[in-house]
Amino acid sequence: MPGRGPPRQRGRVIEATELTKRYGRTTAVDRLSFTVRPGVVTGFLGPNGAGKTSTLRMVLGLNQPSGGTVTVDGQPFGDRPRGLRHVGSLLDAHDVHGGCTARAHLRALAAGNGLPLRRVAEVLAEVGMADAAGRRIGGFSLGMKQRLGIAAALLGDPPVLLFDEPLNGLDPEGVRWLRNLFRQLADEGRTVLVSSHLMGEMQQTADELIVIGRGRLIAAESLREFAARGTQLRVSVRTPDAEILSGLLEGAGATVRLELDGAYTVTGLPADRIGELAFAHGVRLHELSPHAASLEESFMELTTQSVEYAAGAAR
Amino acid sequence: MTPELDEAPARLQARVPVARFRHLLAAEWIKLWSLRSTYWVLGVGALTVIGINVNSAVSNADRLAHQTPWSPDRPDFPDRSEFSFDPLTTAFVDPAWQMFMIITAAVGAIAVFGEYSSGLIRTTFAAVPDRQAVIAAKMTVVSAVMAALGMLVSGTSFAVTQMLLRDHGGLSLGDPGALRAVAAAALLAPLCALVGTAVGAVVRHAAGSVVTIVALLLLVPVLFQGERFRWVKEIGNAMPLSAWERLVTNPERAHDLGKYPLTVTEAWIVYGAWAGVAVTVAALVVRRRDV
Repeated sequence: MPGRGPPRQRGRVIEATELTKRYGRTTAVDRLSFTVRPGVVTGFLGPNGAGKTSTLRMVLGLNQPSGGTVTVDGQPFGDRPRGLRHVGSLLDAHDVHGGCTARAHLRALAAGNGLPLRRVAEVLAEVGMADAAGRRIGGFSLGMKQRLGIAAALLGDPPVLLFDEPLNGLDPEGVRWLRNLFRQLADEGRTVLVSSHLMGEMQQTADELIVIGRGRLIAAESLREFAARGTQLRVSVRTPDAEILSGLLEGAGATVRLELDGAYTVTGLPADRIGELAFAHGVRLHELSPHAASLEESFMELTTQSVEYAAGAAR
Repeated sequence: MTPELDEAPARLQARVPVARFRHLLAAEWIKLWSLRSTYWVLGVGALTVIGINVNSAVSNADRLAHQTPWSPDRPDFPDRSEFSFDPLTTAFVDPAWQMFMIITAAVGAIAVFGEYSSGLIRTTFAAVPDRQAVIAAKMTVVSAVMAALGMLVSGTSFAVTQMLLRDHGGLSLGDPGALRAVAAAALLAPLCALVGTAVGAVVRHAAGSVVTIVALLLLVPVLFQGERFRWVKEIGNAMPLSAWERLVTNPERAHDLGKYPLTVTEAWIVYGAWAGVAVTVAALVVRRRDV
């Protein structure tokens, strides 16, 4: 019976179209379009300052877009009178009042959305914070605040969940727990969007990836497709006849870079072609070893051009 | 239409609750009373104001008890009411109530800037995207609590001081102007709380909010005085403090209200206008600003 049941009847799509956010002369998000689908965990990746948080704030109606639109389930989230039954979110674990107890914080959120107050105890238990319910948030560690924020996100049992860097401050056990939770939420048919600036985190968490840099979309594809980009081979070569070999390889269309340890990194030619070229021209090879780029490397490669705050970058 | 095939996550079986304003009132009520600072500010504020007023009554009762009463043998001591003791003033000692204005306005402001400075406002607005409803609920709860506090402080001040002065013309609520004074003083609390809430919503920072509150509520009415320029005085008249001073004035002793006096009706209008403007300003500024 469409239009009557609770929103959990189906996971809801997040859709950004030409989404743009400018702060003064800085463009934080630049004509960003993407779709986040239910049933999978979508990783929202980008280096620091790429515009992830600005984007998530616009999804939640906290910031107004300078241009473009973003909708959740076909409607700007900010137009809804109440939010928790539609989207659960954890943007910043510090967005709480330190003088409040964990229980009071959640009770106020539940009450405002007309949710039964028993949900407070339920979500506190779910995130392993039942014992800390009566403590003031001001004394919590970052990890505990993250758990409290996740409890708040789960309060309304929403079909869409947004998490901004949720793994920060969690211990390894907490990280594993949270990964399982994301998986479980997605398996229940919910839409789960998790941001991170670390590819390694997403590698074990996400099914789909949205990669942005400097506010622009770099890639929106499955983790498998993204990983396939990394199959571009780098070949490590050591040779006493470097000059001759460099000329030969570059002549064949490859790129050659001298590494600090004296080895050469060749991209654009497979190892067997390099070996044949060397053999044909009598070049001595001391090492010829292919490396598949890791996911982290291909992420770095994709985003390097777009890194906002590169260490030591001259301006 | 295709049938619903998606697997349904099922933890909370209830349907989406209807958005009701009373839910937001409950949320703001919980937030207000979950902070220890609320109890401190309200408790200390109330006791201080009542204490100052009671001290004034006790001192005056003491003084009057040892004063030679008027007699026809003392022509230098005329029997004119403007020179005789006005018991109503002891319940409404100016500095005490000015302090009360700042305390109540601060509670209103804290309710807003506390959320902004902690970041809680983002959590709040993500949970309730209808921002105007949030601020309306906040203002309702804060002003209701302040109205109760105002009635308590005003009523207690009046009752205790007039009881202490029972031998020196202490008033009862039935005397002219007494009920009006008690009501005006009681309503000063929610009025200032609303102004504070609006200031908090506009300024959004602790120090800035408090400075603005003190300037608006205490400095402006003192600065815009004098009778040389009517417009200057009229600005001063339009401030809550001036309106309160007019409303708590004993009508029996209202002899010299100056060249450009505020009438009682105008004073009530000042109260209403400030409350209305505060609500409007707060509702407008929260509407679309990034948080």
